[in-house]
Amino acid sequence: MSVSEPTKAAGTGGGDAPATPRRRSAWDDRKEAITNSPATPVYAALLGVFIIAWIVVTIDGGTFLTVSNIVNMLQRSVALGIVSAGQTVAILAGSLDLSVAFLISLSSLVTAEVMDGSDANIVPAVLAVLALGVVVGLGNGLIITKLRVNAFIATLGTALILQGLIQNRYDGPAGSIGEGFEQLGYTRFGIIPASVFLLVAVVALVYFLLRWTRFGFRLYAVGGDEEVSRLSGVRTHRVIIAAHVVCSVCAAITGLFLASRLGAGTPTVGTDGGYDLESIAAVVLGGTALAGGRGGVLGTIGGVFILAVLDNTFNQLEVNAFLKDVVRGVIIIAAVAVYARRSERRA
Amino acid sequence: MSATTPDAFETPVTSRSERVRKALVGTAPIFIVLFILLALIAIENPNFLEPPGFLAFLKRAAPLAILAAGQYFVIVSGEFDLSVGSIVTVVVVVAARLIDDDPSKTWPIIALLLAIGATVGVTNGLITTRLKVPSFITTLGMLLILSGAVFWWTGGAPRGALPDNFREIGRLGIQDFPVLEQLPWSVVILLVIGIGAILLMRASFGRRLMAVGDNESAARLSGVKVENMRTIAFVLSGLSAAVAGILLGGFAGVSAQVGQGLEFQAITAVVLGGVVLGGGRGTVLAAMAGALTLEALFTLLNLYGVSGALEDTVQGIIIIAAVAFASYRLRGAR
Amino acid sequence: MAPLLAMKDIRKSFLGVEVLHGVSLECEAGEIHAVMGENGAGKSTLMKVLAGVYSPDGGTIELEGEQVSFSHPVQAQGAGVAIIFQEFNLLPDRTVAENVFVNREPTKRGLVDIRSMEQHTRELLEEVGVTHFGPRTLVRHLSTAQQQIVEIVKALSLDAKLLVLDEPTAALAEHEVEVLFALLRRLRERGLGMVYISHRLREIFTICDKITVLKDGELVGTVPTEGTDTNTLISMMVGRELDGYFPPRGTAEELGDVRLRATGIETSMLTGVDIEVRAGEIVGLAGLQGSGRTELARALFGADPISAGTIEVDGKKRGRGPRAGIGSGMGFITEDRKLEGLTLAQPIRDNVLLAVRSLGRSQRKRLPNTVSVQELARSVELKARSLEQEARFLSGGNQQKVVLAKWLATQPGVLIFDEPTRGVDVGAKAGIHDLMRGLARDGVAILMISSEMPELIGLADRILVMRNGELAGELPAGAAETEIMKLAAAEDHELEAA
Repeated sequence: MSVSEPTKAAGTGGGDAPATPRRRSAWDDRKEAITNSPATPVYAALLGVFIIAWIVVTIDGGTFLTVSNIVNMLQRSVALGIVSAGQTVAILAGSLDLSVAFLISLSSLVTAEVMDGSDANIVPAVLAVLALGVVVGLGNGLIITKLRVNAFIATLGTALILQGLIQNRYDGPAGSIGEGFEQLGYTRFGIIPASVFLLVAVVALVYFLLRWTRFGFRLYAVGGDEEVSRLSGVRTHRVIIAAHVVCSVCAAITGLFLASRLGAGTPTVGTDGGYDLESIAAVVLGGTALAGGRGGVLGTIGGVFILAVLDNTFNQLEVNAFLKDVVRGVIIIAAVAVYARRSERRA
Repeated sequence: MSATTPDAFETPVTSRSERVRKALVGTAPIFIVLFILLALIAIENPNFLEPPGFLAFLKRAAPLAILAAGQYFVIVSGEFDLSVGSIVTVVVVVAARLIDDDPSKTWPIIALLLAIGATVGVTNGLITTRLKVPSFITTLGMLLILSGAVFWWTGGAPRGALPDNFREIGRLGIQDFPVLEQLPWSVVILLVIGIGAILLMRASFGRRLMAVGDNESAARLSGVKVENMRTIAFVLSGLSAAVAGILLGGFAGVSAQVGQGLEFQAITAVVLGGVVLGGGRGTVLAAMAGALTLEALFTLLNLYGVSGALEDTVQGIIIIAAVAFASYRLRGAR
Repeated sequence: MAPLLAMKDIRKSFLGVEVLHGVSLECEAGEIHAVMGENGAGKSTLMKVLAGVYSPDGGTIELEGEQVSFSHPVQAQGAGVAIIFQEFNLLPDRTVAENVFVNREPTKRGLVDIRSMEQHTRELLEEVGVTHFGPRTLVRHLSTAQQQIVEIVKALSLDAKLLVLDEPTAALAEHEVEVLFALLRRLRERGLGMVYISHRLREIFTICDKITVLKDGELVGTVPTEGTDTNTLISMMVGRELDGYFPPRGTAEELGDVRLRATGIETSMLTGVDIEVRAGEIVGLAGLQGSGRTELARALFGADPISAGTIEVDGKKRGRGPRAGIGSGMGFITEDRKLEGLTLAQPIRDNVLLAVRSLGRSQRKRLPNTVSVQELARSVELKARSLEQEARFLSGGNQQKVVLAKWLATQPGVLIFDEPTRGVDVGAKAGIHDLMRGLARDGVAILMISSEMPELIGLADRILVMRNGELAGELPAGAAETEIMKLAAAEDHELEAA
């Protein structure tokens, strides 16, 4: 039996393949890369949602396509965008991380506690939070690979451990951040908030990791087929552990950012935002397969933006906040159903 | 001749005792842990050994154990149900608003609540099996939809109230019961559901459901309607969540947070009972014992005064350890 | 100069049973060397020893005169030995270039040099004459033949000196075989040595320089293709002892009505297959890998849809899908019982009852009210500690008996066996053959796919041979191995020549 059925897209009888063999040009390669990219339908959907939102809001008498509104949407995407970028890496490896919400809360607390209101402590605070991310990520990765605990249970367990640690020490906001650090949350360069640059930087870094490093290539390989990767000599455990470290560090950075927004560490900031399930939803909405090995961080950001546009539209239309959740749930399910059909058709 | 089973009988025999022995071996670890925890509780609080004390514990644990039984059906068929917590919330909030302290409406509304649970289950099942959406996403989306919808409908906060005859189901029981003084309704319901679930798993349905979770293509080639089996599992999970909601409404009262996080607790309980995520292994009795163990753990931590704080941490460590132990044992057996 | 590959006196045992009794194989650079032999002759074990999947119990392997020993396929790759198995080791969601360079991504200043990776892949693709897809094409969009080319390109990128191809044409269409051969010839000119495992005589005569024949784990001989004809080769391969005992065949009186009749079956792999099986007979279905045997079995049972044709069981047209097949009285013992036959973590009892439990109410009417698992276990001579034992703990033979008992519980009229004794030890084989004959005697119509020549010859009442998705011919009971081989492996014009 063959590994997969031949499809019409390639080979001799293909619909768009030329009748006579012709040399492939660089353009063919590029075209192929675009049609192959799982991010393409996400951005098509984003464009569609954007246009519909624009029309609806405008008819309703609101303003949608203004610089300030768009900047507003971007700013509201920062926190979810950063966690989701990390979650993308975990999911691409065929894993997932349910502990990010509590890690975000804990990171915000550590930031504010270490900084203790003084800008002089920015560097130690940032380093402490990044170290926290590395430790939690290593823990998740080691539990999954060495103890062979299902990723769902492993990260759920880590989530509970973190929750306990938080609740044991804190029952309300704690610590405070320096004025300088607060700039991260509120300064603007021109019209662009500094936090948007943070999002861009994190996404660019993750994109770079996935696209240009050996780690990225092996991540896709392991997520696609762990056994084939192992037979090809990939050290699969290392890859999975590293993926979890990246994911947790992203969550830690989100904690840093939220601390600067709120001016203090908050024990519930991660769970209130529902960042664990929201980030998984954004990743999946962005066309990344929950089973791993297919997708990318650009799609995820598209997914985050779709959620942000919806949010903004509902706010402007003054739709009930709870109806937003309903629509969100329907959209996530519908999107994945569409992706499932697409991959079924192509496989 | 058979080289690999030298001690083989000529023809394998069937025996009830063998079956019982196997069932015991499968569920033994979780019951040992449960008994140790119960013993520790009893040392701290001797009242626990008296029927009322123990029944109070069971009453508190009943909703989670019922949820675990429902979740078990879904997990053993190879899927997840993350929507059960939101079903509990929906049930409580809908009951409070529709009954609004009018005792005469209690029973019709209970029928409606069960119907809601079943409908959510059917929807989860159809989306997962027919549209091929991973159940993790299906039920996650359902969680958003349900919790959003119910508060959209009530305008943000729960409204109305539950009449006494509704609340009694979760709080009271059969009075003047011999020896026990009072037999809580929730314990009766737990027993009925527990026995029903065990019988169902021993019947043809249960064996086919196990087969689906163990090896989907073998089950399909043997004529099992794989999609229908999974859909029914989701329905059972939805129904059990509705029942748990009715009990919790009485026991804990009307709040918007009543169902929060219950889905994870239920999955934890099932996994603690030795049921393998991915399907095909584990018993429903062990899953419910897992729920009791979790509840006993909470009780014990409470008694030790780690209340609220490190409780979660301990829970997290225990879950990871339990699953690591199970996967180690599974590898050892191979 | 030393030959490229010299395997000398290789021995290998499994669980105390020696399966390779000192086999030697030499392959020169710039040579395509065919390795032939029936199922169980030891070809794949020999190749797995070469690849480092198994370590040999005796003998030496030399590459260009230097003794080597590999403990992992990656090591063998590093030394220039690339093996292309029938199951490709490719990642479907990655591009061609990424697959070629998996775990060996070229880097420039620490970053993956995608440009050079793609450039290198493009050059290799052009070198092997591929213009239809490029380095960025996703593997999932490629046909089986194209995926095979990716595997070959991957081997070339590893600077492989020796390429082992395991039944490379089994899943290819006629015109794809031509493309592959053109490629192999070009590689031969480049000086690669190739070991080519196949049964297809025409292909071997077309492309190979030398032929080595194995039989029962022993080397029969190595001959140059030139000057060797079909008959010589077949006579080298056959003559295997009919190991053990086979139950006596059915008699004419035992032959009953036609229970399974299929006409004009068409699928993507089958063209116009007609088949009839009567009550009381065991019909053997022979053919090479990729000839459509398993596809026919799946289509008959309803596991795969058919695009044309009718299937009747006991004179009644059956509906679609496995459930309708089971309802009409069919059972299907699949080739891979672990993937498709058993629920391994469940007790024997539940495995035996699985099919009967999933019958609908109306389908169940023809069966007695109660099914005794113990009775069924006794009738298939199942050996186990208890019926509560999990299926995964049973030996291969007993697992197969559990699958058989599952179907017997539904009291089938037609049973299709796909490789009934694969992975079953010798002792248990005879038991299963006895059971099959006994079932036939009780009026069951049996269709048996087998790659084991002794099984086909010793057990079947008549033998149908498939080739390229069609029935190539029918042979009577006890037909000579040579005849089966010719029908299955050779092309028509060759038969005339032979």
